[in-house]
Amino acid sequence: MSDPIESRQRDTGVSRRSLAAWLLGTGGGGLLAAVFYPVLRYLIPPKLREASVSSVTLPFTVDDMARNSGRIFRFGNQPGLLIRTSSGEFRAFSARCTHLDCIVQYRDDLSEIWCACHNGFFDLSGRNVSGPPPDPLPVYDVGIRGDQIVVSKRS
Amino acid sequence: MQKREGMGPPTGRAERGDQPAGASGTRVGRLLQWLDHRVGASALLPFIRKKEVPVHRHTIWYYVGGMVLFLFFLQVATGILLLFYYRPSAEEAYESVQFLMAEVKFGWLIRSIHGWGANLMIFTLFIHMFSVLFLKAYRAPRELTWLSGALLFALALGLGFTGYLLPWNELAFFATRVGTEIPGVIPVVGQFVRELLRGGEEVTGATLTRFYALHVSILPGLSFLLIMLHVLLVQKHGMSVPPSIEERGGARGTIKFVPNFLLRDLVGWLVALATLAALAALIPAHLGEKADSFAPAPAGIKPEWYFMFMFHTLKLLPSHILGLEGEMVGIAAFGVAGVVLFLIPFLDRGQNRRHSRAWTLLSLGALIYIIALTILGYTADPAAAQAAADLPATPSAADLPATP
Repeated sequence: MSDPIESRQRDTGVSRRSLAAWLLGTGGGGLLAAVFYPVLRYLIPPKLREASVSSVTLPFTVDDMARNSGRIFRFGNQPGLLIRTSSGEFRAFSARCTHLDCIVQYRDDLSEIWCACHNGFFDLSGRNVSGPPPDPLPVYDVGIRGDQIVVSKRS
Repeated sequence: MQKREGMGPPTGRAERGDQPAGASGTRVGRLLQWLDHRVGASALLPFIRKKEVPVHRHTIWYYVGGMVLFLFFLQVATGILLLFYYRPSAEEAYESVQFLMAEVKFGWLIRSIHGWGANLMIFTLFIHMFSVLFLKAYRAPRELTWLSGALLFALALGLGFTGYLLPWNELAFFATRVGTEIPGVIPVVGQFVRELLRGGEEVTGATLTRFYALHVSILPGLSFLLIMLHVLLVQKHGMSVPPSIEERGGARGTIKFVPNFLLRDLVGWLVALATLAALAALIPAHLGEKADSFAPAPAGIKPEWYFMFMFHTLKLLPSHILGLEGEMVGIAAFGVAGVVLFLIPFLDRGQNRRHSRAWTLLSLGALIYIIALTILGYTADPAAAQAAADLPATPSAADLPATP
């Protein structure tokens, strides 16, 4: 009973079969990883370099804004909402609803900010006052330089 | 398949009895014989001849699955036709659909049938699923039939959601913003899933091409494979006779699948086709305004009707429930409901009647909830919708003061 293969197996504790299975398994696993890793990375969108905007001069002037009205503006690649209150004061917010990312609008009949998607309301300080939004709208600073309106991120 | 005797290549005399009809001396007969010698499809004949459908007072529900199948193939056909004109980019998508509707002969018809067909397919899927639920056709050994069906239901909703965006109009844009934001609330992986779906941080042209790939190849391809599995399993196990019928001594009898059942199926399909044509002609698909990522969500925005019950639930939930964000609670609840739906065959094994009864009541509750919230979604908000209707969408020149 001194089969050379068997004795070698006893020496190392590894049979030919298990070695072959290990090689096949590792090779197969490596192949799958080599195929699916690039596919997975391909599907994840690349990060775009966005010039991080901290301040924008709006393309419309103080005169364009009636009292008790609101208007969407571009803040980099994000929508912002500029409001001129009944007293003539300017306020600016991020226009992205904190609930599920819809774009909000100013309701001149209620003097509140409204999201049409799920009926969420914010007051003129951006606070979520009713409906499903869980958080207030981020507030921006508004500066008036002559006729121009400059909106900037709050530092 | 259970009763398929003699699969494999025809082996001479044994096959003679199962030759295709008319396989005598005629030219067509000889051609069929020639083909059969190479394909061996006549081995299926005994199975087809033997296939029977039990007859009882719930037999009508057996027709609904075939109806979904017919509508699926109609979607594939009209979808392929739409591909001839559609251009998947944020700059061109809306215009290409506009062109299709206005200039292309019968473009409006093809698109309207595709749009209405999608709605009708999902509607029949709901009926199919709930009829299987109430008749308990998911019991052993049909668990995998149920699972493949539930997956197909999810795929159909995915097809509806991705297809909705493709015309790149305002409604679709916001529906997609909301819909892709929903996985964003899942802890840990939410942000990643959201970006994977959107192809970036925002809903842009990158989202459109992604949805396009999903809508025209990945989801239909997966659906097709799963439909094959689903139908194969239905053949293997035969039609499920509901327990309520079995308790009363079983079905009254059976009818042959070919031709009796199939011909009735065919009548149903013709009716569906006629309904679709009528809907498409009377209420053609609309296109609305082009999407603008710097315009507020329009008043009265709503998703497709089959998402309405979830949409309206999210609308009704308060901002915080027990210290958690309301939307997170709602979405988690729908997630759990979805998992339970998938696992029903393993939860309701029908061991005792009371237990099984509870599942019937639960399904009934779910159905009532879906119907009630859908109706509420369309009717409950007249105040908000009315106030919004009075609102000028964008400040026009008339709104501006003449002098400061």
